[in-house]
Amino acid sequence: MSRKVLLIEDEPNITEAIRFLLTREGWQVETHAEGTDAVDVIRATQPDLVILDVMLPGKSGMDILRDLRDRDEMRDLPVLMLTARGQSRDRDMAEKAGVSRFMTKPFSNTEVLTAVRDLHAQASRT
Amino acid sequence: MATLNVLILVCLGYVVLLFGVAFAADRLAATGRSTWLRSPLVYTLSLSIYCTAWTFYGAVGYAARSGLEFVTIYLGPTLVMIGWWWGLRKLVRVGRSQRVTSIADLISSRYGKSNTLAICVTILAVLGVTPYIALQLQSITLSFSIFAEADPSGIYNEGASVFWVAAGLAVFAILFGTRNLDANERHHGVVTAVAIEAVVKLLALLAVGIFVVWGIAGGIGPTMARIDASEIGTWGVDRGRWAAITFLSAAAFVCLPRMFQVMVVENDDERHLRAAAWAFPLYLLLMSLFVVPIAVVGLDLMPEGTNPDLFVLTIPLAQGQEGLAMFSFLGGFSSATSMVIVAAMALSTMVSNHIVMPIWLSSQGGGVSVSGDVRDIVLFSRRVSIAVIMALGYFYYRLSGGGAALASIGLIAFAGIAQILPALVGGLFWRGATRIGALAGLTVGFALWVYTLLLPGMGGSFMSEAVMTYGPLGLGWLRPQALFGIDGIDPMVHSVMWSLSLNTAAFCIGSLASFPSPLERLQGAQFVNVFDHSAGPRGWTGSVAQSEDLMIMSQRILGAREAQEFFHAEAERQGGRGYLPEPTPTFLERLERELSGSVGAATAHAMIGQIVGGSSVSVEDLLAVADESAQLLEYSGQLEEKSSELSHTARKLREANEKLTQISLQKDAFLSQVSHELRTPMTSIRAFSEILRDTEGLQPEEQTRYAAIIHDEALRLTRLLDDLLDLSVLENGQVNLNMGDGSLREVLDRAISAALTGSDRPLRVRRHRGSERIPLHTDLDRLGQVFINLIANAQKYCDAAEPSLTISVHDVGGQVVVDFIDNGSGIPADAQSMIFEKFARVGSDKAGGAGLGLAICREIMQRLGGEVSYLAGQEGGAFRVSLPLAYKQAAQ
Repeated sequence: MSRKVLLIEDEPNITEAIRFLLTREGWQVETHAEGTDAVDVIRATQPDLVILDVMLPGKSGMDILRDLRDRDEMRDLPVLMLTARGQSRDRDMAEKAGVSRFMTKPFSNTEVLTAVRDLHAQASRT
Repeated sequence: MATLNVLILVCLGYVVLLFGVAFAADRLAATGRSTWLRSPLVYTLSLSIYCTAWTFYGAVGYAARSGLEFVTIYLGPTLVMIGWWWGLRKLVRVGRSQRVTSIADLISSRYGKSNTLAICVTILAVLGVTPYIALQLQSITLSFSIFAEADPSGIYNEGASVFWVAAGLAVFAILFGTRNLDANERHHGVVTAVAIEAVVKLLALLAVGIFVVWGIAGGIGPTMARIDASEIGTWGVDRGRWAAITFLSAAAFVCLPRMFQVMVVENDDERHLRAAAWAFPLYLLLMSLFVVPIAVVGLDLMPEGTNPDLFVLTIPLAQGQEGLAMFSFLGGFSSATSMVIVAAMALSTMVSNHIVMPIWLSSQGGGVSVSGDVRDIVLFSRRVSIAVIMALGYFYYRLSGGGAALASIGLIAFAGIAQILPALVGGLFWRGATRIGALAGLTVGFALWVYTLLLPGMGGSFMSEAVMTYGPLGLGWLRPQALFGIDGIDPMVHSVMWSLSLNTAAFCIGSLASFPSPLERLQGAQFVNVFDHSAGPRGWTGSVAQSEDLMIMSQRILGAREAQEFFHAEAERQGGRGYLPEPTPTFLERLERELSGSVGAATAHAMIGQIVGGSSVSVEDLLAVADESAQLLEYSGQLEEKSSELSHTARKLREANEKLTQISLQKDAFLSQVSHELRTPMTSIRAFSEILRDTEGLQPEEQTRYAAIIHDEALRLTRLLDDLLDLSVLENGQVNLNMGDGSLREVLDRAISAALTGSDRPLRVRRHRGSERIPLHTDLDRLGQVFINLIANAQKYCDAAEPSLTISVHDVGGQVVVDFIDNGSGIPADAQSMIFEKFARVGSDKAGGAGLGLAICREIMQRLGGEVSYLAGQEGGAFRVSLPLAYKQAAQ
């Protein structure tokens, strides 16, 4: 069973680090660096999990998340959100928008891996 | 021969009939089977109390003396009914929603339930209406005397007959006007009797008219010929008097207490106004139809010196038509009695509610409202008031001797009553109208009316000939009928013009200059916007009133059964049971309105205030109003001063606050940005260092690559911190400029080599080195930093296939200008304005740093006394640096 993760992040070095980590875990890692068409890309990719940055060019991660949650087929898609803006306001906003897990940059690699494993386990159980 | 005895018998029989009608109507209303009593027809007929004996007898006399001018008396109300019915509708709506009992109550209620105002209006009304009542008594007496002259028995005694007429009318008014106290039970008996009388007087006048036209003159044609031949046909129209009297009669129609009583207080249904709007003018038209023929025929027929006011009676008598004369007498009698009864009722309500009750309440001390039987007191005080008002009319008649022509007394009364108009109309349509303004207007108008019309009209004993001719104390410009030296106007027009214009002016100025109390403002809003909300908050706030006390008080005013029903209904409305509702503001307000139907708004407010406590108006307040108004004037002056000071301070505070908010917002945004810019490289550093540490069996080339990423990101971090520090120093003005001498060419040389070394992206730089030989005295390193930034930007962002940058130097208007123009696609127009802001980035390009470079350039150039700007309209990205040339000029 192939597990697919879609990473939406505009910082190439961070993308590379996460790709390295998850590939070693056996994930198929797709990446995208634009906010504007992110929702379409997610629909086309059909990932098991999305890792989403907040400050993206064109469209913010918050808006992308809201759009996802408005669509029936993606209401339950696990979304791990990463942001470099570490304010509690952002966390509140994300939770209101329906985020599955919220994480502040810089993160530890183990944290990310644990979160991805948890979210995937939850999703496969239901 | 008709004997006086027969006439008296007929009169008594007629009065008994009216008693019967009134009694039956009251009974009907009580049993609820009175739908026809509440018809628009009865309402319209009841409005006809506007036509008193003055119009019944006087109109003919008026026409005989002054031609067509009598029409103005009918014209005013007609115009009001047709052209201003929407205003009347508002008046009726306000009156009903506020449970208003009289026009004094309405004015008082509108201006913060001020009892001072109520007293003013009451006094004005009593003064204006008393002569009018006397006039009615006079007309009855005169008409009796006509029959007495024809009666050989000679038993007629004029003085006695007036007395008995007055007493009889007082009894009627007391019996049917003060039967009950509750305003929601209107005076159906009286109104029905008035309607019957309206029919009688109309039919009587029409009968006399028809007799005159067809019985004497011989048809319409001959009548018209007579009119043409008479003086009436030739009398011209005095435009000033026409306008003034039309206006006066219109104003009186709205302001007269008796009109207010039938139009507003007794109104059962607002929609009746719609029918009355055409039916009442029709009634007036019929009433005026035969006035001119009767006058003309009377002047022809009757001997010289016959009183034309009584033509309606004397013509049929002279023609031997005793039955018709008797009918005509009954018409005049109806006109007089209906007016006197309703006027006495309306005035007694005002006198009792606004003068007698407050005095009585205060004489009883604080706890009255729950200790005495107020209901009886109110009824008693109203009955006494009716008797007193009738006595006043009687004495006025006896004192004045009944000599003056009927019409002039009527007009004087109209002019007095019209002084209420500004406060009334202003109160209905202008939220800014205040109590002070209303008081000022009423006082000024009242004083001028007394001085210019009432006193001169009363003859020499009240105002001496000397004052009339030379003015008081010889001051010519104060002559009562030529104020300010304006002479030669009809005294009536003169008085109306001055009193009403100065009244209105005082009302407006007083309103604008004073500050309304909160209660006034609330009431003002309720009146002016009565169609928006039929009920709203009026001042009672959550209180600890004891419902039981309110109940006991209400029982004494409304009667036990009424009060219990009301309380029970209120309790149910609140969702409870029993007889004691919670004293919520809504309940208190409704109770106040209920009570004000019986005792007037001001008194009801005061009575509830005594129980509820913490009220906004107390009985003591009501009586100390004279004091209070003086204080208020002073206080409002102070307030105005303070309020302008306050608003100034408030504006400054608001500005400061806006600035602070803006700064704080900017600061938040900046910190959030800095946090983001710092965390991003740190994320890569942390992630890759953990990979290097934790991953076993990593390829050597992977190790090298990841270490390089860590190194690059660390440099990025350092650069960011340097920029931030730099910017912060520049922005705070803590930077020390290191001024030195050099040439522009050297600075550019160094900047280009610094920007291009260590970069793998090619950029071709074009220069005109010849033009760059300009000496500078400035901080050469800082200027170089700006150039490096601009060149590096071109190198990073220029998207041409073969990127090139042209640096050109000009001398523009005493400044040295250096342009940096590349051959890329430039910066989009909508982004140009913000590229110099911190953290501004165009598009999604990640090549640059944190977006602080241009912000730093702007700060540096500002310090150096120059400027850096974006040059719009060029082919590619284009920046212009300009520096003042002061040094260069000085050096040459």
